[in-house]
Amino acid sequence: MTAVAGAGAQAHGEGGAKLGMWLFLLTELLFFSGAFLLYAVFRARYAAGFHAAAADESTAIGTANTLVLLTSSLCMALAIAALRQGRVRASLLGQGATMLLGLVFLAVKATEWAGKIGRGLYPDSPVLLRREHGEVLFFGLYYVLTGIHAVHVAIGIGVIAAAFLLTARGRLGPGRYALLENAGLFWHFVDVVWIYLFPLFYLVT
Amino acid sequence: MTDPLPTATAQPPRPRGFLAAWLLSTDHKRIGIMYLAALTLVLAAGAALGVLMRLSAVAPGALLNARHYNQTFTLHGVLMIFLFVIPGIPVSFGNFLLPLLIGARDVAFPRLNRLSWWLYLTGAAVILSSLFLKGGPLDTGWTFYAPYSVQTRTQVSFAVVGVFILGFSSILTGLNFVTTIHRLRAPGMGWLRMPLFPWTLYATGWVQLLATPVLAVTLVFIVLERFFGVGFFDPAKGGDPILFEHLFWIYSHPAVYIMVLPAMGVVSEIVPTFARRTVYGYRAVAFSAVCIAAVGYLVWGHHMFTSGMSDTSRTLFSLLTFLVAVPSGVKIFNWVATLHGGSIRTDAPMLFALTFIFLFSIGGLTGLIIGSLAPNLHVHATYFIVGHFHYVMFGGAGMAFLAALHYWFPKITGRLYDERAARAGWVLLFVGFNLLYFTMFVLGLQGMPRRYFDYPARYFPGHMTATVGSWILALGLAVVLGNLLRALRRGAPAPADPWGGTTLEWTTSSPPPPENFEEIPVVTRGPYAYGEGARR
Ligand code: HEM
Ligand SMILES: [Cu+2]
Repeated sequence: MTAVAGAGAQAHGEGGAKLGMWLFLLTELLFFSGAFLLYAVFRARYAAGFHAAAADESTAIGTANTLVLLTSSLCMALAIAALRQGRVRASLLGQGATMLLGLVFLAVKATEWAGKIGRGLYPDSPVLLRREHGEVLFFGLYYVLTGIHAVHVAIGIGVIAAAFLLTARGRLGPGRYALLENAGLFWHFVDVVWIYLFPLFYLVT
Repeated sequence: MTDPLPTATAQPPRPRGFLAAWLLSTDHKRIGIMYLAALTLVLAAGAALGVLMRLSAVAPGALLNARHYNQTFTLHGVLMIFLFVIPGIPVSFGNFLLPLLIGARDVAFPRLNRLSWWLYLTGAAVILSSLFLKGGPLDTGWTFYAPYSVQTRTQVSFAVVGVFILGFSSILTGLNFVTTIHRLRAPGMGWLRMPLFPWTLYATGWVQLLATPVLAVTLVFIVLERFFGVGFFDPAKGGDPILFEHLFWIYSHPAVYIMVLPAMGVVSEIVPTFARRTVYGYRAVAFSAVCIAAVGYLVWGHHMFTSGMSDTSRTLFSLLTFLVAVPSGVKIFNWVATLHGGSIRTDAPMLFALTFIFLFSIGGLTGLIIGSLAPNLHVHATYFIVGHFHYVMFGGAGMAFLAALHYWFPKITGRLYDERAARAGWVLLFVGFNLLYFTMFVLGLQGMPRRYFDYPARYFPGHMTATVGSWILALGLAVVLGNLLRALRRGAPAPADPWGGTTLEWTTSSPPPPENFEEIPVVTRGPYAYGEGARR
């Protein structure tokens, strides 16, 4: 961007940006921990129901999606390394792959949700309300947590798309890659959150 | 018209409308001034609602019916808490002064700062839109307690989304300030040479970062409950409304420190300037800010003594609550020790600062009363609580806001205000405040429950007294603000350092130039250097 107020401040920008991003991720972590707290409480209270409900989740799909997301994180890391070394095209390729895998992840998630909803399993549904409390809450948490996570994936894709455009136009490059690095940090964070969600919902049977 | 406010936006000179020049500015000083104007407006509107409630209380039903009373105290609470005291001093004075106090040209992320301001405006607009939408203003109280907030047909969702957006704004401000303090201190300004207001902004920034996300997720849950019936707080589906209270207070107790820490910072700037002495125990005052922030996380349970908690946790929360009093006491004693033997001048800023110390002490001591289990059971949800939190939030944070307004008014606007009018306003405020809220302590002990719009006749004298107090208070507020508004146009030009202050903001012109300092200062000693050789 063009120079803004506090040119002095901007001079500290690149390093400061990273500190700012870490602080932001801390708040994201706390945001998710509110939901994890509910999971812990309800899980302790309704262990059997959680156990039963988790049987509904397809471990195969969950595992596949985990692999997709992990691979995307790798692509992102490669894209950052490439940009740092000035290999702009390679970086663009990596960023593109990251976005693509992110979209695949969302598509898989959407079919998963659609399948469940098709069977009448969604919050407040008559089918779900006939089941016992533990299962009701399990699915409530499932939709809320994976939903919030999916929103984060979508935001991540948006940010990487912006970085992609800026890289293509030469505004990001070997000397100026803080934005891409921060996008990468965010993407890894989203990945890490999923690493926690995966066992909580798919592997607890 | 002469424009007493800084004119440059520090952007390349492009012809711009007046409004755009302000709203698009990334200058921390302009952003601070815009926040200041907005906060003052909210304070006035919120106070008007408060006076309306008091009026209603002397003739229950004549002015407001029960439903409207509920909506009024909710709106009053939401405005005062989420749009006034929580953003409060950090976004206004913090924004204007933090870079000046640490010798920087701006905050670390000027554009993010502008985004915070826009988010504040958006959040405010969304909350206010709930007034006009289907269902009407919400009636849950500012705490949005489930399950009622999930069931009521009033416009809860909009208000909650508005508060969510405000939370975002708050997080970004905290993040910006913490980064600014870490990276942009002037050369030579080690941590222990930093003035005390930045210290409290630093502690506040961390509380904003660590507590606000918990509120955010709680608010998301409310909206999801309302739209999708997820069931987290609904016993019929296995959920638990007490969990809502836990999540809510895990944020909202620390939020009390978001309100009051910066207020303490303001007082720590004013006291040495008007006592002409170095702050007694500078390190203790600085570190106690961090301690308050840290211990403040562990005490949320004292809001839930009566909601159903094990005796062990109640005792523990009570004990921890007492612990917070220690660092707060450290501050009070250090201010008093600073005053002791100083040559004290009682200009308006000092009067408000001393009022802060007095009223906040009463608020804090009554806090200990309700932090103890047995009295808590007696006064829970009575006017005693209303008295307590007004002493803390209004007597504390509110008075510090007014103190800051008078202390830095010449710096911000380049104008001087009329000292006599300021004092007259202060007297009215002080008398009205105590008449209004001290009476509430008495009413509470007598058993008058809060949030009730009607009551048995024996409480009438108390209510009448409090209402008269509210008139005097409102008049005082009008005099104080009117005086400053007038000074904005007519005040005499202010010198760079009208009070003989020693921190960096007084070394630059009033109002400061676009980039704050002609040259970035090099710091060679601690703040408040009145000691060695200087007069006592
Ligand atoms: C002219 C000034 C003010 C007046 C006359 C006033 C009066 C009142 C009254 C009558 C209530 C309702 C008590 C009840 O029924 O429980 C109330 C509640 C409240 N006030 Fe104020 N107040 C004033 C200023 C402030 C300020 C400056 C703040 C914050 C900084 C504040 C924060 C609150 C809060 C949080 C509540 C609780 C609302 C609720 O119960 O949901 N007030 N006030
Ligand atoms: Cu509390």
